[in-house]
Amino acid sequence: MSDTGRGWGFVAPALLWTVGLFVVPFAVMAAMSLARLEGRDLVWGVDWGNYAQLAKPQIARAVLVSLEITLTVTAVSVLLAYPLAAIIAFRVPPRWQRLALLLAVLPFWTSYVVRSYSWLLVLSKQGVVNQALLGLGLVAEPLTLANTRFATVTGFVHFFTMLLTLTIYANLMQLPRNYARAAQDLGANGWQTFRHVILPLTLPGVVTGAFLTFVLCIGDYVTPQILGGNNELSLPQVIMVQLGRRADFPLASALSIVLMGLVMLAYLLCARWLRLDRV
Amino acid sequence: MTRLLAWLYLLLAYGFILLPVGALVLFSFQDGRLPVPPFQGVSLRWYADVLGDRDLMAALLNSALVASGSSAVACALGFLAAYGLARHVLPGAALLRAILVLPLAVSTLIVGLGLLIVASRLGVGLSLWTAGMGHVVINLPLCFAILYASMGDQQRNAERAARDLGASEGQVIRLVTVPMLRPALVAAFFLSVTLSWDEFIVSFLLTRFDVTLPVEIWSMLRSGLSPRLNAIGSLVFLVSIAVVAAVELVLRPGRRP
Repeated sequence: MSDTGRGWGFVAPALLWTVGLFVVPFAVMAAMSLARLEGRDLVWGVDWGNYAQLAKPQIARAVLVSLEITLTVTAVSVLLAYPLAAIIAFRVPPRWQRLALLLAVLPFWTSYVVRSYSWLLVLSKQGVVNQALLGLGLVAEPLTLANTRFATVTGFVHFFTMLLTLTIYANLMQLPRNYARAAQDLGANGWQTFRHVILPLTLPGVVTGAFLTFVLCIGDYVTPQILGGNNELSLPQVIMVQLGRRADFPLASALSIVLMGLVMLAYLLCARWLRLDRV
Repeated sequence: MTRLLAWLYLLLAYGFILLPVGALVLFSFQDGRLPVPPFQGVSLRWYADVLGDRDLMAALLNSALVASGSSAVACALGFLAAYGLARHVLPGAALLRAILVLPLAVSTLIVGLGLLIVASRLGVGLSLWTAGMGHVVINLPLCFAILYASMGDQQRNAERAARDLGASEGQVIRLVTVPMLRPALVAAFFLSVTLSWDEFIVSFLLTRFDVTLPVEIWSMLRSGLSPRLNAIGSLVFLVSIAVVAAVELVLRPGRRP
């Protein structure tokens, strides 16, 4: 057998798997997004009606809610994670850094569903935060913290702060220490060194982490479903509603394509700075 | 001054990060019906309850099976593809690599939905098998990327030497490539196990009667806060940490200079 032929033999199983169980299903889903549901029957064709539903208030609202939550989460997580990563990288003695980092990402190892649940323990009416506030006499009535957008954002920020701390720390450690020293020799103070040397050099890593946050956050169903209550639905929640009660696969498919479109848009917006090969 | 601020920030950040896990573990020992303050004393009854729960233990076993099975398949397929692309000249190799990592670019909800649509069109019943196949789709790109990245020139020379000495391609792979890639294979396998073990949405969409642990926990959530959930959550946490520690121990000696 020729060299190329043998090569194909090695690649074929993985390729068949990916094409058969990802590319083809995706294509079917894309076709499904243009189909129509008449009663319980599926009518294939090219019908943009599912996409036109984006104009409906409840669906437009879900897209907006998802974007608002995701952008808030991304911004807050970056702002929380950067100082944390910097303190671990520059203030914690090197021999303790591994432990400090491990501690900062410890909750990664709780299960994903359980992580959201554990925030209910903290935020619910009888939860840790409310009991503490009541105990200290700071509030008279327990605050409504769970089942709100605040809870969803908190749950997300918790997870992505850990993720971003890891990626930003890795970036900071790659910087040669001499750059900061050189800036200081040239008379820059701490802030100037950060603003003109460290920040620009770590920006690609930060943007990559922020992009990852955006992608994972906007596609997540679990956190808003457990923590957000049902006052407002995010896009993944609306997609799941279509699957459940109504079994409206065409609309669910169209909304999934919209979800993917939002991710593509984010990708195009940060493509300049992205270095996905270096995550 | 900035020093003090830095330590204060560190303290607050750790508080925020560790608070929910702390509450989870602490109230799994709650001697009472609600996993919220005040802490009423130490009891192991919720652990006994959880370990005696047949559905939960079945789900735990299902999760272990799906995670190890799908990871083994993902690793095997990923390894073969990485070997083929790294060691043979293929037309359109860049395109092939792109296709193999493509599933990473979309959210798992979309992977699951696509498979659900195809399964329902073809009339394939949902089971642990369909969920496992979905997990392979998600994990294959990672396994492939890790293994492809670790196929360096050092191995290539050893493989060439083996071939010069008369080894067939099968022997080269079995006796040279796989042993030399052992750390990467172990890493890819366990990363894949971790992700699959924790995966929710694909399992949720693609299972029906037999479910994985995250899906079972999900259905327990409907009844609200309960120390049982704390207990099973803490157990999962403990097992994950044990696995990570074990992997560290397995991989460490090879990495030490």
